[in-house]
Amino acid sequence: MTQARRNSISGYLFIAPQFVGFLVFVLGPIVAVFVFSLQSRSLLTGESTFIGLQNFRRMFFEDGLFLVTMRNTLVFAGGLVPANMALALGLALALSRGRRGVGFFRTVYFAPVVTSAVAWAIVWRFLLEADRGLVNQYLSVFSITGPNWLREPGWAMLSVIVNRVLKNLGMNMVIFLAAVINVPGEYYEAATLEGANAVQRFRHVTFPHIMPTTMMVLVITLVGSFKVFDTIMLMTQGGPGHATTVLVYYIYFQGFRVFRTGYASALSVVLFVVVFALTLAQWSARKRLSHYET
Amino acid sequence: MRREIGRKPADGAKLVSPKGSGSPSVTPGRLRVFLRALVSSRVRGRLVWYLVLAVIAIPFFLPFWWMVTSSFKTATEVFADPSFFPSAWRWGNFIDAFRYQPFARHYFNSVYIAVIVTVATVLISSLSGYAYARLRFAGRSLLFVLILSSLMMPSEVTIIPNFFLMSFLGLTNTHWPLILLAVLGAHGALSTFIMRQHFLMIPGELEDAARIDGLGNFGIFLRIAMPIAGAAISAVTILTFLHSWNLFLEPLVFLNELRLFTLPLSLNNFRDAYGVPLWHLQLAATTMSVVPILVVYIMAQQKISSALAFSGLKG
Repeated sequence: MTQARRNSISGYLFIAPQFVGFLVFVLGPIVAVFVFSLQSRSLLTGESTFIGLQNFRRMFFEDGLFLVTMRNTLVFAGGLVPANMALALGLALALSRGRRGVGFFRTVYFAPVVTSAVAWAIVWRFLLEADRGLVNQYLSVFSITGPNWLREPGWAMLSVIVNRVLKNLGMNMVIFLAAVINVPGEYYEAATLEGANAVQRFRHVTFPHIMPTTMMVLVITLVGSFKVFDTIMLMTQGGPGHATTVLVYYIYFQGFRVFRTGYASALSVVLFVVVFALTLAQWSARKRLSHYET
Repeated sequence: MRREIGRKPADGAKLVSPKGSGSPSVTPGRLRVFLRALVSSRVRGRLVWYLVLAVIAIPFFLPFWWMVTSSFKTATEVFADPSFFPSAWRWGNFIDAFRYQPFARHYFNSVYIAVIVTVATVLISSLSGYAYARLRFAGRSLLFVLILSSLMMPSEVTIIPNFFLMSFLGLTNTHWPLILLAVLGAHGALSTFIMRQHFLMIPGELEDAARIDGLGNFGIFLRIAMPIAGAAISAVTILTFLHSWNLFLEPLVFLNELRLFTLPLSLNNFRDAYGVPLWHLQLAATTMSVVPILVVYIMAQQKISSALAFSGLKG
C-alpha cells in the first residue's frame, strides 16, 4: 500500500466520528427543518401533512405576532450591537495603555462571560425588582422613582439589552484588545512625528488596522443577538405582553409550548436564512479586507 | 481644570458609599496637596482613567457581590435593605438549598455531563482536526468548508428536528441529547476548527522523522502531534466545559424529570408552589454554581479569556 493511499484511509477514519455526527445532528436536521417548514406538524400527536408554503404565508400575512417578533428582534439587535461594540472598543483602547491595574479591570469586565446566562439573568432579575430591587433603591436615593423595569414594555426591552451587553461585552473587549495591541508601534510614532493628535491617530492608524477584526466582531455580535433566548426566558418570558418576544423565544414558544412544530420550523428557517446571509457577508468582507491583515 | 477639582471628591465618595452624597470634609491643607497633584496633567489623566474604568466596573462587579452576600441573608432581608453585607452570615441557606430539591444530584449531573462532553470533544475533534490539517484525502477541502460553514449556525435552528430525532431514538428524558448534540453539533465543528489551525503549524520534518522511525499515521498523531498540542487542547477544554455547563435550551427541551435536571434548570426551579422564587435559596444555589467557575477563571484568567476570544474569531 502506498503512503498516499494509507494517508487517505487514515484521513477518512480520523474524521469519521466527527463528520458522521455532523451529518446526523447538524446537516440532516438543517435539511429536515426545511422539510418540516412545509408541513403542518404537531409535537403531541406526531401527525404531519404537507401544506406547501402556507406556514410562510401565515407568517407574513396572518400572524401579527410574527411581525412584532421580528421588530423586537431588530430592536434588540439594533440596541445591543452598537452599544456592545462601542463600549468594547472603548474599553480595549483604554486597557491597551499598559498601566497598573489593567489586569484587574480586564478580569472584572470579562467575568460575566464565563458566568452562565441563567445565573446572570437570575441575579439581575432581583436587582431590577420594582420597588425592592437594588437599582431602584439606589435611584430613590437621588429621589428618582425607577420604573418597574421588567414589567413595562420599553424598559423591559432596555433591561434585557443592557443585561446582554454586560454579559458579553468582555468577549469583544478581549478580541479588540488583541487587535489593538497588534498594531505595529512604528505607525504611531510616525503619526505622532507628523503631528497627529489622539483622535487622528485612532482614525488613520488604529482603525484601518483593526478593520478586519471589527467586521468579524460585528458579525459575531449580530448573530449572537439574533439567537438570544435564555436571558429572555428567565427575565421576561417574552413579556410584558409580547414586548420582548424575539425570534428564538418565539420558535421555542410555537414549538414547545403550543406544539405547532411545523410553524416553528418555518420560523427556524427564517433564523437560518438570517445567519447564513451574515456568514456569507462576513466571508466576502473578509476576503475584501484581508489586505489589511498583517 | 476647575471642573476636575469639583468632580473628583464627589465621585470618589460615590465609589465608597453610594449613599453618601455629601462631600467629605475638605481642609485647606488637603486641598493644596490635592491641587498640586492635579498640576501634572499626566497624573490627572491617569486619575480620570482609573475613575472612569472603576465606575464602568460597578455593573459588572456589583451583581456578583450582591449575589454572594445575599445568599447569606434571610428571605426578607434579601430585599429589606440593600446593604453590602448580611446582618448575620447564615450558612444555613446553602444547606437548605440541597434540602429543597435534589440540588446535589443536579450539580452532579452538570459536572459529569460536562466532563464526558469535554473528554469526548477533545478526542474526536483532535482526530478530525489532525486529518484536515495533515492528511491528504480526496474531498478534504470540500468537507472542511462544509464544517466551516456551520460554525456560526446556532443550535436553535435545528432544535426541532433534533427533538424529533431524539424522541425517535428514545433518548428524550435522558442526558444523551446534551452529550451528543454538544460533542457532535456545531460546537464540535468549532473544536475541530481550533485543533486544525493548531496542527497546521507542526513542522513537516517532525512527521517525516517519525515515519522513518516506523510510526503509522495514528502513532504520529498520538505520540508526536498530541503532546505538542497542549495549548489548543486546553483552549478546547475550556470552551467545551463552559459550553456544556451553561447549556439551557437543550436541557429545557429534553428533560422534564426533576432528577435529571442540570444546574441551569435547577437554579430556575427554586420556587414555591405558587411559582414565586425562594430568593435566598435561589441565590445560595446560584452562588454555588457560579463561584467555582469564577475561582478557576481568576486563577487562569489570561488563558481562559484568550481561549474564548479565539472562539469568537472563528470562521
